[in-house]
Amino acid sequence: MSGPSVALFVTCLVDMFRPSVGFATVKLLQDAGCTVTAPRAQTCCGQPAYNAGDRETAKAIARQVIAAFEGFDHVVAPSGSCAATIAKDYPAMFDAGDPWQARAAALGARTWEITAFLTDVLGIETVAQAATQAAAVTATYHDSCSGLRSLGVHAQPRRLLASVEGLELREMVESDVCCGFGGMFCVKYPDISNVMVGDKTRNIAETGAELLLAGDLGCLMNMAGKASREGRAFKARHVVEVLAGDLAGPAIGEAT
Amino acid sequence: MTLHIPTTPAFKANARAALDNANLQSALRGSRSNSVSKRAKARADLPEFDDLRDRARDLKNAVLANLDLYLEAYEAKVVESGGVVHWAETAEDAQRIVLEICRAAGAKTVNKGKTMISEECAINDHLIANGITPVETDLGEYIIQLRGEIPSHIIAPAVHVTVREVETAFRKAHTHLPADRDLSDLAALMHEARGVLREKYFEAEVGITGANMLVAETGQSVIVTNEGNGDLSQSLPRVHIVMASLEKIVPTLEDAATVLRVLARSATGQESTVYTTFSKGPRRVGDPDGPEEYHVVLLDNGRTNMLGTDFQDMLRCIRCGACMNHCPVYQAVGGHAYGWVYPGPMGAVLTPSLIGVEQGGQLPNASTFCGRCEAVCPMRIPLPKMMRNWREREFEKKLTPGATRAGLGVWAWVAQRPALYRLATRLAIASLRLTGGKRGRIRSLPLAGGWTGQRDMPAPQGDTFMAQWARRR
Repeated sequence: MSGPSVALFVTCLVDMFRPSVGFATVKLLQDAGCTVTAPRAQTCCGQPAYNAGDRETAKAIARQVIAAFEGFDHVVAPSGSCAATIAKDYPAMFDAGDPWQARAAALGARTWEITAFLTDVLGIETVAQAATQAAAVTATYHDSCSGLRSLGVHAQPRRLLASVEGLELREMVESDVCCGFGGMFCVKYPDISNVMVGDKTRNIAETGAELLLAGDLGCLMNMAGKASREGRAFKARHVVEVLAGDLAGPAIGEAT
Repeated sequence: MTLHIPTTPAFKANARAALDNANLQSALRGSRSNSVSKRAKARADLPEFDDLRDRARDLKNAVLANLDLYLEAYEAKVVESGGVVHWAETAEDAQRIVLEICRAAGAKTVNKGKTMISEECAINDHLIANGITPVETDLGEYIIQLRGEIPSHIIAPAVHVTVREVETAFRKAHTHLPADRDLSDLAALMHEARGVLREKYFEAEVGITGANMLVAETGQSVIVTNEGNGDLSQSLPRVHIVMASLEKIVPTLEDAATVLRVLARSATGQESTVYTTFSKGPRRVGDPDGPEEYHVVLLDNGRTNMLGTDFQDMLRCIRCGACMNHCPVYQAVGGHAYGWVYPGPMGAVLTPSLIGVEQGGQLPNASTFCGRCEAVCPMRIPLPKMMRNWREREFEKKLTPGATRAGLGVWAWVAQRPALYRLATRLAIASLRLTGGKRGRIRSLPLAGGWTGQRDMPAPQGDTFMAQWARRR
């Protein structure tokens, strides 16, 4: 008997900047017995338009995503932010009575952030990551805002990380405070964003952890970019890279 | 008379100045984690806290659905107890009404308990311009009055001021005291303010307070304070004026108790404030104290226009300040950067409602939508959703900057054509990798200075996921 069919929403940032996160997600899903497809018609979830106040464009992109993804048991994304857009924002975008509203709600109810899908839906407690950790590694986890507050992703990644042999998790102060990325916020209000990400990299460094982990590439690029400019010692990776045992390649923003 | 002129359109410049202000940054850093941990502890200590939030939300929604009926019932009760209700449609109306009452009372000095509605209506400026001296009696309000500022926080108006700056303000203002006195610690500063303000209480002919709630079934106004200054401001002078906006109504005393149980916990982490004072009408025959006249100035100033719109839920706000205490943007720049009376997330929604989105539109944009404000709001106000609603109003009115609209338009057009999008992303990767591929990061990028000014841009790994995925199939 084959497992559930999962459509991977890879997210525009992973597609363009860090495909290895997409492949690590695929590996975790396949290891869990899922049949994975990455629908060709995907581009972006439309959140930039929605948050810029351009609701009509956001709805047009939402219709495209709904049509491309509704034929699967589940939709999974390596991002709490994009998953929350599909799961929570799409159903709110369309007026009650619009046939797309019902389709959005149905899709939203089957859309998940990757660590929440593995634990909450599939009931997985341990990951069978390859034993690539040559030495013990210390890590700290940043809770990205949308995943945390829209989808309730907090315990799930920590539970899975606890099953990774040799990994020690050291909690940072204010792990639930925004890193200052915020999509277009970081370029619209760079001064404020810079203060926020500076607070974050300091809190991360104070844990002494070698590795920063999070579930959203936007936040990770922001924090890794700041850390690299400041000359901080820690590296940054998406949480699925550790869970899938994919630590061979360069970390985010690290030289090849 | 003029009102506070908003500097809200200059939010970005205000924020830059705030970030460069070392005293402000030191004051903000000092208060930041304190308010968060106190609220978290208060919540944890009360298992039914989230149920109370639901009840508070529901009771306020019921009020807003029948606001006119509750207001009429409230007015009838105030009149029955010998008080007067004055309906102020605008801030200018409120200024005129307050001045008339003060003049009729022959007032030279007016004592004030803390009231944000008075700030919204710039009552102090109006009284001064008409020869009447207002004296703020809340310690924080007193400090900023001496400094010629407006509040930077709705419950901690002087949170932006350092202790040394308070000392400077006191030495400048209290010239009747010995110049060599010791003001090195907080207790000395508080003792001095207390002494100065005690004198003032007996001079004023009129006392003005705000209202945290107005109770419809009894005609009472409710204030919460920690200093007792509100009680002295309203009971010692001959005339008491309550300034309140009309959404402050709650139906019953039980409802008031529900709101009180979430208010102090959300605001300061206290179970309840030191003083919770209920006032009703003027002094009755046989009362040992109290004012001879009791006036309520009920301010609309645009609030009824919010009823039935996307912004109605904002009228549930009980002004606890939890949203700004938890807002990383507010914590970075402080309240004055917001440029008008109400800062932080609640200000980002309320300000455009009251002064127009053309003036206030910067504020709902200055958010990452991190959602922490909504998560702690005792009235469960969906603040990020309403900030997005303001961005939608801006977009509809074409107030969104042209470059943003154009960029968004091109991106959206491509994003709706997946094959073209595939090509465009691969071209973008190729150019980004030319810039910084080997180093793994990009230190400077044309048109992305906002990002690369203060942080590096991680370079793309190589080809897109979708292209690699297609090859593997």
